[in-house]
Amino acid sequence: MSTLLQVSHLSVVNRQGIALVDDVSFSLDSGEMLGLVGESGSGKTVSCRALMRLLPPDALRIAGGEVSLQGQNILALTERQMAKIRGREIGMIFQNPSSHLNPIMTIGAQIAESRRLHFGASAREAMVDAIELLRKVGIPDPAQRVKSYPHEFSGGMRQRAMIAVALAPEPKLLIADEPTTALDVTVQLQILRLLMTLRDTLGVAIVLITHDLGVVAQTCDRIAVMYGGRLCETGGKNQVLAGALHPYTQGLMDCQPASEGGHSQLVTIDGQPPVAEHFPTGCRFHPRCRYATQDCQAQQPPMRTSPMDTRHQAACHHPLAHLHTQEASC
Amino acid sequence: MLNARWPLLEVDALSVKFPVAGALFGEKRWLYALSDVHLQLRKGEILGLVGESGSGKSTLGRAIILPQENICAGGIRFEGRPITSGLKSDMARMRQQMAMVFQDPFASLNPRQTIGDSIAEVLRVHRKVPKDHIPARVDELLAEVGLRPEHGKRRPHALSGGQCQRAGIARALAIEPQLIVADECVSALDVSIQGQIINLLMSLREKKGLTILFIAHDLAIVRRLCDRVAVMYLGRIVEEGPVEAVFSQPRHPYTAALIAAIPEIDPQKTLPGNALGGEPPSPMARPSGCAFHPRCPVAQAPCRAGNGPETRHVADHGYACVLDRRGGAFVNQGVVT
Repeated sequence: MSTLLQVSHLSVVNRQGIALVDDVSFSLDSGEMLGLVGESGSGKTVSCRALMRLLPPDALRIAGGEVSLQGQNILALTERQMAKIRGREIGMIFQNPSSHLNPIMTIGAQIAESRRLHFGASAREAMVDAIELLRKVGIPDPAQRVKSYPHEFSGGMRQRAMIAVALAPEPKLLIADEPTTALDVTVQLQILRLLMTLRDTLGVAIVLITHDLGVVAQTCDRIAVMYGGRLCETGGKNQVLAGALHPYTQGLMDCQPASEGGHSQLVTIDGQPPVAEHFPTGCRFHPRCRYATQDCQAQQPPMRTSPMDTRHQAACHHPLAHLHTQEASC
Repeated sequence: MLNARWPLLEVDALSVKFPVAGALFGEKRWLYALSDVHLQLRKGEILGLVGESGSGKSTLGRAIILPQENICAGGIRFEGRPITSGLKSDMARMRQQMAMVFQDPFASLNPRQTIGDSIAEVLRVHRKVPKDHIPARVDELLAEVGLRPEHGKRRPHALSGGQCQRAGIARALAIEPQLIVADECVSALDVSIQGQIINLLMSLREKKGLTILFIAHDLAIVRRLCDRVAVMYLGRIVEEGPVEAVFSQPRHPYTAALIAAIPEIDPQKTLPGNALGGEPPSPMARPSGCAFHPRCPVAQAPCRAGNGPETRHVADHGYACVLDRRGGAFVNQGVVT
């Protein structure tokens, strides 16, 4: 598989010059699903808006780095060129479909619009395509529903419709920002299964932004964990979940209540996630980390590759699991 | 759990309906948010109330806390006395023993008031302590929920979500309630903070013998925190019982589907093969018979007719399904797994 998206050293600063996204790098192969995990304010949404170049222009600014899509640095493109990539090459779906679908256009018209724009399809062809797309995303009776307005759909159906709109220009990359957070668990399961099916049948690469490590564990191929605007760990799903290197990743896994029953107190991570105005020095996780030392407070840890797996990296002075055994043997 | 096992709160055949604007000159239409709900909450117990959105779980929470004009049948008793009928003054006095914790920790606190003032206001209105003892009591309440006195001098925007939720709990504790209704009180919080609030609720129950109605859609948290769980679907309780019994041996296919849909962090597990199809229907168009039958993987002819199944009991585990659960048939062979 070839590398579809390569984000290197991406930084985004706000007006005060604080880096909300600081030196973030990750890559994605075509047909792969990457779970971008983090708490609110960790910079996961801002990173993805930055690579779409959809940041609010007066508040946030890309300060450095490179985003290459199929070898082309899209941060260097003009706004006009970028508009072609957006939609055509990268599709995006959001948490709240009602605010991202046009309420006064039928679902069919919204899909047909982009088929006509990007492929020069005739009105009739575009409508046939729209019905086919609705069928692909699992909307029953698509020939009828193509004439419906967003408000006539239920929450889950609206999310499916938004996925159909995003897929209409046949993008190679789909960014899904918390697509199931607003949905009920049984419907969440349906949407996650749909995303996996689309990845497998259409070969579309997906970045799934979520705060739910459980969702990532069951759907994604790879995981990237963000904390306080920085990437703290990235790697294959199994490598990260079975042998987390960063104490924050391990902490997130430990505080999930799903693992067992019983009424013992939950494992928690003490303290609060940092806010941008008061990012700690050194490793931004150090005030909440039980392994923190002087080094962690003074120095930002570099991204280091696991000796076991070249695609598994973590930014920690005292990585858990594998690196411990590595150090012991040295 | 701690004290005698007498019911503190009893919901008895409660039905709540809301008027819905129909067609102009048309007949007035009603939305049945709750129909024939039975529920018991024993003293010192934490009961989890779960269900998808629109299932009526918040309506039930509100019917307990607030005087309701929409109750069309049944009632609620608190310590054996009715709180949905009778003298207004009596009902108000009994409701002073209940408090609510809300989902959005910022929206439920006055943004112009310091946290300390918000708590002091409750103490003043309810005349819980003499005036000159109020500041000391505020600090005591803050300490109980894990906040420091200096947090009391800040306004909500200067605190994080988790700290605001702690302040919300301190406000609820200020009236020294017997019962707390917590409506989705952790779902707006970050994962690492959710556990802190859950642990706080657990220790408050231990220390004060509080009874808690915990409304949530996150089953994993309910399993960890609650003693019993009630599952709602379209305004009815379809299953209710001790947490371990319900989670290990769900007797209603809907409960089984909800449990199967919990995403677990186990890289060996993939998504359950066949998701439950469809979505909860609108309460305005409630299916006949068992309301779950259009989505049910094991529905049979009797499920489609009549008024829906009666609740049946196995020990203290109740379920409203006409089918006998044959050795985990729903989970093992049905569409659920």
